Amino acid sequence: MFLYIVRRIFQTIPVMIGVTLAVFLMMHLIPGDAAKIMAGENANPEQIEQMRENLGLNEPLYQQYFSFIGNAVQGDLGNSIRTSRAVTSEIFDSRFWITVQLALVGTVLAVIFGLLAGIISATRKYSFADVSLMVIALFGLSMPNFWLGIMLIYLFSVNLGWFPVAGWGTWEHMILPAITLGTAGAAIIARMTRSSMLEVMDQDYIRTAYAKGVSDKLVIYKHGLRNALIPVVTVVGLQFGTLLGGAVITETVFAVNGLGRLVIDSIRAHDFPMVQGTILVCAVLFVVVNTMVDISYRLLNKRIDLN
Amino acid sequence: MDHQPQLETMAVNPARVGNSKAIRMKSFYKKLAKNKAAMVGAFIVIVFSLLAIFAPLLAPYDPTEMQLSKKLETPSSEHWLGTDDKGRDILSRLLYGSRISLTVGILSTLLGALTGIILGVVAGYYGRWVDSLIMRICDVLLAFPGILLALAIVSVLGASTTNVIIAVAFYAIPTFARIVRGSTLTVKKLEYIDAIKAMGARDTRIIIKHILPNVLSPIIVQSTLYIASAIITASALSFLGMGTKPPTPEWGTMLAQGRSYVAQAPHITLFPGLVILLVVVGFNLFGDGLRDALDPKTKK
Amino acid sequence: MSLTKEESILEVRNLRTSFFTDEGEVKAVDGVDFSIEKGKTLGIVGESGSGKSITSLSILRLLQEPVGRIKEGEVIFKGEDLLKKSKKQMMAIRGNNISMIFQEPMTSLNPTLTCGEQIAESIRIHQKLNKKKAWEKSVEMLKLVGIPSPEKRAKQYPFELSGGMRQRVMIAISLACNPELLIADEPTTALDVTIQAQILELIKKLQEDMGTSLMIITHDLGVVAEMCDKVAVMYCGKVVEYADVKTVFTDPKHPYTIGLLNSVPKHDEDVEGDLAIITGSVPSPFNLPSGCSFAPRCPSAKEICHATLPELAETSDGDKVRCWIYTDQWEKEGEAVSRHE
Repeated sequence: MFLYIVRRIFQTIPVMIGVTLAVFLMMHLIPGDAAKIMAGENANPEQIEQMRENLGLNEPLYQQYFSFIGNAVQGDLGNSIRTSRAVTSEIFDSRFWITVQLALVGTVLAVIFGLLAGIISATRKYSFADVSLMVIALFGLSMPNFWLGIMLIYLFSVNLGWFPVAGWGTWEHMILPAITLGTAGAAIIARMTRSSMLEVMDQDYIRTAYAKGVSDKLVIYKHGLRNALIPVVTVVGLQFGTLLGGAVITETVFAVNGLGRLVIDSIRAHDFPMVQGTILVCAVLFVVVNTMVDISYRLLNKRIDLN
Repeated sequence: MDHQPQLETMAVNPARVGNSKAIRMKSFYKKLAKNKAAMVGAFIVIVFSLLAIFAPLLAPYDPTEMQLSKKLETPSSEHWLGTDDKGRDILSRLLYGSRISLTVGILSTLLGALTGIILGVVAGYYGRWVDSLIMRICDVLLAFPGILLALAIVSVLGASTTNVIIAVAFYAIPTFARIVRGSTLTVKKLEYIDAIKAMGARDTRIIIKHILPNVLSPIIVQSTLYIASAIITASALSFLGMGTKPPTPEWGTMLAQGRSYVAQAPHITLFPGLVILLVVVGFNLFGDGLRDALDPKTKK
Repeated sequence: MSLTKEESILEVRNLRTSFFTDEGEVKAVDGVDFSIEKGKTLGIVGESGSGKSITSLSILRLLQEPVGRIKEGEVIFKGEDLLKKSKKQMMAIRGNNISMIFQEPMTSLNPTLTCGEQIAESIRIHQKLNKKKAWEKSVEMLKLVGIPSPEKRAKQYPFELSGGMRQRVMIAISLACNPELLIADEPTTALDVTIQAQILELIKKLQEDMGTSLMIITHDLGVVAEMCDKVAVMYCGKVVEYADVKTVFTDPKHPYTIGLLNSVPKHDEDVEGDLAIITGSVPSPFNLPSGCSFAPRCPSAKEICHATLPELAETSDGDKVRCWIYTDQWEKEGEAVSRHE
């Protein structure tokens, strides 16, 4: 098991290198002169040259990449063009934590409601509750979350005045964005739990449990759910990543100053070091979370997996 | 005890009946037609396709024509779904917008699926370092959470409808590549492929005649479902101002514009969102239905 | 019936179980009668699809409703009809008075629970023992079914055990509460030939030690010869012959039983010849013949066989057979007609 964990962590190395390479190349794939775009439309040739110098664009590409990696490892992702502050401090001062908090609350909501709905559906197959929950899940999954966010604001903030329209700080600020963010995840988890549960309830060992005289409830929760949850764990991990991405939209809708809004604002301002840094941080975080999920899945699954 | 009558083998195996292609297709149609949800999905998809095709005939107004005197009007007999902040007819804009959303959804899926299929077949069929390389590239693509990959691509290429198609297609590549690679590996291991190879069949022939048909059904299912999420992603990009630019009528852009007026005129945001929801529900229902009908595991 | 009611632990009367599918009703069990004497063994023989497994699931009411449903009949266990019991009463009987062993040891154990936990579970439910006592008992059970170092094995998960070992664990689970009746549904089919004999021997030994009655479902006539006192031969959801094991092998009556026996290769005959095979195939469950289900494949079938279903009737030597040949009607009929489809 220890060996597996070590191997799994080593496996992330090529992915990490690939991610940094991709993010690094981004800036060099920009059609036209990156320095010119970043310096702004009114920049004179000296300013553009200065920008090129600052960004190290005059050096050979491989050398630029190595210094990019070298600096990144030391926690230096360059400086923001817009604010001149270090990219890492822009990210980690508060924005990173806000986004992580939002994504975590969203994931927790998604897991709670997704599991509940999935279990209710699976145990009452084809009942009214099952059909309605699955229709709701289908809609939750098919809904553009920016629209959902706006509609929630209209309903609960503008009309009912229960929650603040925008901003961040108290738990009231967090509710609507977290719902917006978690809805699709809850829908996916609900569907996954239902189908996994139904598949498990068809297994021979469930019949064995009934034949032993185990009660319906115990069969469902002790024998069924235990096995059904194993594949759901992977989905939860993937959901965290999707939510991290979804935060871009949610933060825009609710005017939350997290990483997502930072990306959007930086793209609009052609602040490429900032875009680069933020996307890199998100990708690395996602890879780390996925690795942890894989390992925990393995721990849960070791009883089944013969190898 | 080592000689037992193996009665099991004499029995009729209902699963084995209907091995021929025609019967399989027939049972597929039958299963699909019986699936009410899938039929609803297909109906929605067909209706929206027709609306998109005939938008110029159906739209009561020019979708970009502004009538500032009539801005922010609520639904009326004149403007069935009201007007937006610039006095444009929302129904007409939605009708024209369906052209963009469906085109982007379908084209990006086709582009991404095709690239993914090619990469997947190559990886699965040739194996070794080619396989490792392609799979690592897929890992890297999947490492960018959700919409961030598309955003990164659009931020490099610039905001436009074409670039949205490219960006959304990119995200589809790893999904399809992985499915196809898996099936290719399975088919490649079958003994008859070795026999065909020994007879001197070319790689391309083996791939087209023997491998691709085997991965067709998961690809069709995945494509249908991917169109659904592609439509959402594309409209999200436009909503963020990173996709189709105004004044082109696009559902995401319409939502972004209506957002500032949500207190006074919620219908501007309500309708585009509902339309996206409906189309996506249609593709999802149809995709789920296809999967159930194509999956040999599902029971009758 | 030659048996009196008091002697039999289980009596199944006119059991009918159907599956309701999109294609229509499948009469999986279509009027089955048999009984099991205390401490004795009944074998149920038939091809797959003959309804023998469904019969056993019907007895314990383990069918997946609403697709599978018992339509009518009685399952009298110690004088009481199990089909009239409440859900709760059934739960108290399952695993306690009547236990079951299934065909697939690889999939019949829960992969996320240790073997010990799975044995202890039924002990705790039915004997209300505490956790520690139940665990000790389950280790004891593992020892009883011949698993070496049972303390260690109890803590292992099913995947760590071989197929034969798992079937031993299944046996331990089923016998943990000392049931009066054990139903074994093809207990050795999925196992290696060398293991099969060991498992059968184990079941037989424990049955004798504990005085359990046994109902064994199999398609293997070798198992029947070795284990059973009585045999019910099933074809298309009906019992076609019900007799003492000796009679079945020495004087089989139903043409289907005769066909089955002839299709077994014999060790002692060195004759190189074709094995007798029952021609044709089992009719589709959706489209059963109106008369005797076996008539289309039967070499002696006459007009009446195709037209009317015979009763399961007692013959002169006390065995029961569902065939026109053994009725007075037979002589009055004309020549055999074959109607192969």
